[in-house]
Amino acid sequence: MQNEARITVLIPTPLRRFTAGEAKVVVSGSSVAEVLDALEAAHPGIGERLRDDSGQLRRFVNVFVNGQNVRDGQGVDTPLSTGDEVGIIPAMAGGADA
Amino acid sequence: MKTGLSATSTSEVFRLPKQMRATIIDHAKRDAPRECCGIIAGRDGVPMQLYETRNVAAGNRFYEIDPAQLIDLEFREFPAQGLELVAIYHSHPESPAYPSATDVELAFWPDAVFLICSLADRDQPVVRGFRIRDDAINELTLSS
Repeated sequence: MQNEARITVLIPTPLRRFTAGEAKVVVSGSSVAEVLDALEAAHPGIGERLRDDSGQLRRFVNVFVNGQNVRDGQGVDTPLSTGDEVGIIPAMAGGADA
Repeated sequence: MKTGLSATSTSEVFRLPKQMRATIIDHAKRDAPRECCGIIAGRDGVPMQLYETRNVAAGNRFYEIDPAQLIDLEFREFPAQGLELVAIYHSHPESPAYPSATDVELAFWPDAVFLICSLADRDQPVVRGFRIRDDAINELTLSS
């Protein structure tokens, strides 16, 4: 029997239309990639907002595990265990054109 | 690069308190020549609290709100205070108070009002407000 970690995922306001308005979703997965796979399986359409075709996080999406940005560590390969909290946050960004 | 972006004016009025407008302009001046950025939270679309945020983007022509600060606001501060995101503001130190192609491309928060403060005329800063949804720009009427 596989004993996968149960992970709480915090869903930001603009993506809650994929989760029927839920701000927190619990899914199984032993890494950020697996959790994002499970999230897409449960809430189709959310996945492509988060990752590109190669499975990497989109440039303007950040994922935090227990308050740490996974970009500063192992990215989507970041390992997870039960009780970990994953937060997803799209960028607020822009700028004047050159 | 997207071209031909033009705004449609709507009858939607956004009430931006005078003090918040002054804070945005002050923030823009302090951070120039870099762009400043921040968030206004409130209830039912009514501004109640302004948060100056860190711009982590490189250079003087971009802004990106520090994602660590953003995640704290979205998942801790706002729920704890019973607030919601109302507006996102940033400055254009040298260009007009109008959404750039980059602003439109990166508008990932469609429920927010986008406030832009231009310092193109340093003595007469301009703040304008927009909705940016599905690549469409709609200017709001700002009142105090």
